[in-house]
Amino acid sequence: MSTTENPTSHESADNAPESFQDPGLPYHRPRRADVDPKADKKAERQVAALFGLSILGTIIAIVSYMTLKMDGQIESIRFTNMAIGFGIFLAMIGIGLGAIHWAKTLMRDHEMVEERHELRSSDEAREGAIQNLKDGAEDSGIGGVKRRPLLVGSLVTAMLAAPLALLWPQIGNMGANWNTGEFAHTMWRKGMRLTRDPEGTPIKASDVTIGSAFHVIPEGLNDLEHGKLEEKAKAVVLLLRLDPRDLNLQPGREDWSFDGIIAFSKICTHVGCPVALYEQQTHHLLCPCHQSTFDVANGAKVVFGPAKRPLPQLPIAVDDEGYIVAQSDFHEPIGPSYWSRLKHTSDGLSSDETDGSSH
Amino acid sequence: MGARLDSAAAGTANYVDERTSIGGFFKFFARKLFPDHWSFMLGEIALYSFIVLLLSGVFLTAFFVPSMTEVTYDGPLATMQGVEMSEAFASTLHMSFEVPGGLLMRQIHHWSALLFTAAIVTHMARVFFTGAFRKPRELNWLVGFTLMILSLAAGFSGYSLPDDVLSGNGLRIIEGVTRSIPIVGEYISYWIFGGQFPGEILIPRLFTMHILLVPGLILVLVALHLFLVFLHKHTQYPGGGRTHKNVVGLPLFPVYTAKAGGFFFVVFGIVALVAALFTINPVWNYGPYDPSPVSAGTQPDWYILFVDGALRLMPGWLFDVIPMEWELWGYTLSLNLLIPALIMPGLFFGFVALYPWIESWATGDRGEKHVLDRPRNAPVRTGIGVALITFYVILVMEGSNDIIANLFHLSLNDLTKFFRIGIFVIPALAFWITRRICFGLQRKDRELVLHGKETGRIVRHEHGEYVEVHEPLTDQERWMLVSYEDIAPLEIEPEYNDRGVRRKGYRWDRFKQRLSRIYFEKRISPVTPEELAEAQHAHH
Amino acid sequence: MNALARHRYHRAAPVVLVLLLLAIIAGVAAAVSTASSADAATTATADDVTQGQKLFAANCASCHGLDAQGTTGVAPSLVGVGAAAVDFQVGTGRMPMQASGPQAIAKRPQFTQDQINQLAAYVASLGAGPAIPTAEQVDPALGDPAKGMELFRTNCAMCHGSIGGGGALTQGKYAPNLWETTPTHIFEAMLTGPQSMPVFNNANIDPEGKRDIIAYLKAQDQGSPGGLRLGSIGPVAEGMWGWLVALGLIIASTVWIGARSS
Repeated sequence: MSTTENPTSHESADNAPESFQDPGLPYHRPRRADVDPKADKKAERQVAALFGLSILGTIIAIVSYMTLKMDGQIESIRFTNMAIGFGIFLAMIGIGLGAIHWAKTLMRDHEMVEERHELRSSDEAREGAIQNLKDGAEDSGIGGVKRRPLLVGSLVTAMLAAPLALLWPQIGNMGANWNTGEFAHTMWRKGMRLTRDPEGTPIKASDVTIGSAFHVIPEGLNDLEHGKLEEKAKAVVLLLRLDPRDLNLQPGREDWSFDGIIAFSKICTHVGCPVALYEQQTHHLLCPCHQSTFDVANGAKVVFGPAKRPLPQLPIAVDDEGYIVAQSDFHEPIGPSYWSRLKHTSDGLSSDETDGSSH
Repeated sequence: MGARLDSAAAGTANYVDERTSIGGFFKFFARKLFPDHWSFMLGEIALYSFIVLLLSGVFLTAFFVPSMTEVTYDGPLATMQGVEMSEAFASTLHMSFEVPGGLLMRQIHHWSALLFTAAIVTHMARVFFTGAFRKPRELNWLVGFTLMILSLAAGFSGYSLPDDVLSGNGLRIIEGVTRSIPIVGEYISYWIFGGQFPGEILIPRLFTMHILLVPGLILVLVALHLFLVFLHKHTQYPGGGRTHKNVVGLPLFPVYTAKAGGFFFVVFGIVALVAALFTINPVWNYGPYDPSPVSAGTQPDWYILFVDGALRLMPGWLFDVIPMEWELWGYTLSLNLLIPALIMPGLFFGFVALYPWIESWATGDRGEKHVLDRPRNAPVRTGIGVALITFYVILVMEGSNDIIANLFHLSLNDLTKFFRIGIFVIPALAFWITRRICFGLQRKDRELVLHGKETGRIVRHEHGEYVEVHEPLTDQERWMLVSYEDIAPLEIEPEYNDRGVRRKGYRWDRFKQRLSRIYFEKRISPVTPEELAEAQHAHH
Repeated sequence: MNALARHRYHRAAPVVLVLLLLAIIAGVAAAVSTASSADAATTATADDVTQGQKLFAANCASCHGLDAQGTTGVAPSLVGVGAAAVDFQVGTGRMPMQASGPQAIAKRPQFTQDQINQLAAYVASLGAGPAIPTAEQVDPALGDPAKGMELFRTNCAMCHGSIGGGGALTQGKYAPNLWETTPTHIFEAMLTGPQSMPVFNNANIDPEGKRDIIAYLKAQDQGSPGGLRLGSIGPVAEGMWGWLVALGLIIASTVWIGARSS
């Protein structure tokens, strides 16, 4: 491979055998409308027709708006939507196609040449700029002979500090109480019934047949005046019943489930989506957002996907009336991992020792 | 009539000019030249869809209520009767089902948002593959890059406003990712959401961001972007008479006023047609936000999908043994979130943003470049571009793996496993193949210049030989194929000077030289007149 | 709905109607008692059971065993699955299964509705299980679509999509599209939890709730107010259309704009 000089540089191009000559602008080929008056007239009519189409479109849009009645039925909304939309389509595309057709066929299409100038300012301008700045610095004492470093220093400090007066309250107020420890606790308490989402009706152990999946919220969640969604976002639980023979109880959690009925947090330990796709044959729980898969039969440990930790298990029992109740809050923060999660976990465990009912 | 109109126009012009000296402006701009090529209009699509966004957005603000206060629905929609929802969701239903043309405006707005981001990406790809980011346009590349990031912010903040289940789960993912940031993550999350997720303040905050902050910034940067385009004058494709020192084209007034102005109406028209015919973001299907439900097909709009894909791709356990969530000294580092959601996009976007400088280090060229490269004549750059796009597309496909699995009856687990390896292998392969294709095309160009075009005519020579007649190229055709720069790898000064003293800045130079070798070690030079003469001599 | 229409003019229609009438009576009884299952055998004659047994021996026994006790690793026991399970599995063509795959797929049913009813009667006679729902239990007109929306999105949408368009599960399994599924089959699927699907017995979602869900799904027959649905699978399809159709059309127009006029 030989190295050749830049063929587009003209300095050495003349008669130089090592590079081709720029042939210059190509020959301008006239269009039909340029040479044939009939074609010219035809193009003009086409452009006018396109503009006419636009006017028609505007009329369609306005008439549709005025005459079509939306009675709340899907059909009528769809039809109104389409009619007005089609009118706008014609109103716009008519102008667009007409103008472009006009430009392409009837406006002069001889290509013209404009010289470029280097963007760099001239040496003279640069020197002038530097001189002006120097003069200014000299006058003010920022630079030059008689410097005033005290003024410069104090001004810079003040300027850096001043935004804090604005930003401190701004940022300070935006985070509410900043108590991130709230992540670690949900509203589950000892003896609180598991109820159906969204009705809030309690569930009997006998209701949960093998293969069932109940979406669960804590009793009383629907009655909360404030923070209902915030509590729901942490407290939702999936209640499942497996054949007890399929269920491998985890060490230390032998009494957290009841005769194959087991409850796990519905909030994914990956990034917090509701893990809700339960495949009853494989006992796998799949998160539809990022497809972390948890094995319910084995303590909801991760079998596939981006999550690392098992879903937190809610310890459950059955009360005197046969309803399923929580034994306590979760024993660890639910949902995705975060920096001080372990710290909150130890907090959670210590509060759990007092039955979690001290809140 | 005509004369009176003329004098009225002249009077107005005089009035304005005496107060603004706008005459000079018109003299300068009216006949400014723009080169003609379809690919130069991709950026315009982005600009025009942004204008459509502003126009339809103004309509929507008249009906949308940015509030998370709970209300009970009592509008005409049967599937929502008596359902509790936020005012944001209720007002979205109201404007869709009770305001004539309201649903149309919502759909126009959302379709043009998808178009806006898609057009920006396409425009960036054009600028990348033709080398239009080279000096003096590096800063404008950066302005455009920032606009792309802002378009993502605009899109995502708007997508979340209706407060439906789909976007709410998206916000929950944002919350989870924010929390995973070491040390400050929890506090940033509290700062964004005003406390615990979902809180009651997020929609109003997003609304202000969506209708004031982000579009305001976009407007300012669009103005700067266009100002720089005017200042630099437009680039042009190679061809006869087109050099780095001129611009060949048609004048702004009237040709481009008509073409580009007309094009705005074409874009608006097509968006209106698509919005009239195709449903987008049917929030009435998803229902009002509730932290418990989620639906199959929970994905963000396409421009965020690559992050979602990365989140899906990342294993929580590497090879089933190495956890990707580390617990160190009592603190948790969620690499399974940080790598796909923050580090990967950071590196990807960082590389894209800095690319003009990376390439200029490799070429060591200081001159202004106004004639574009044909992609084949920059094989390494073209290869890098295709590799980046491939990388991105794999992540988008992983982000859609459940849809793909369902459509083609595949296993989404298998798809994920395939992409986990593919994300490393396929972009590298794409680079290699693309570079080879470029070299192949360059060789074909050389063949064309040296031996001319095949005509399909076979003639029999006197001595019985059959040959196909080759027609030599015209000057214009040949110029197109030979007028590219043949850049040799960077030569640098030696590490030590004559006196054996180590030179400062040698390491940096060596880095640039290595980069340069990656780019230009293997290259195909254009045909020289000498070679052409030899080839022609051999023929006759 | 098409499937319903087909059945309406079927030569077995009178038989089906009689059976349905009988089923309504049974359904009322079932609604009064809160028991989640009613014995479908009460609505079927002994002759049906005999006919069903013959059909079973010829078509099902090779996998499920002559006594329907199942074959380990091949097919489950059918004792106690009830008539609803049979009507769903055979009525949607999932059974008899032709090829083993990640899951049994719906196809054209191999039996007429009265044959299915005979099979159902036989299986129901083996042990008590959920019965085929009555026409009233599955009538979408009697359901509340808004209540159905809330139940559907909590219990069903994660697999079947927000309006029942379907979705993927793990390892090549999937939750099917529900738009063409008959109300009866929807009801039966919830009641019996076929294959991967969990069971939603009447204590979990009561029969009225199930009917509300059916009403919600049938409300989707009206289509989308916004125009074509693009499959109702969410933003991925919208993104594809945005690129291919909207941007595609516009780029095509730029090529026209950039081309020189002849």
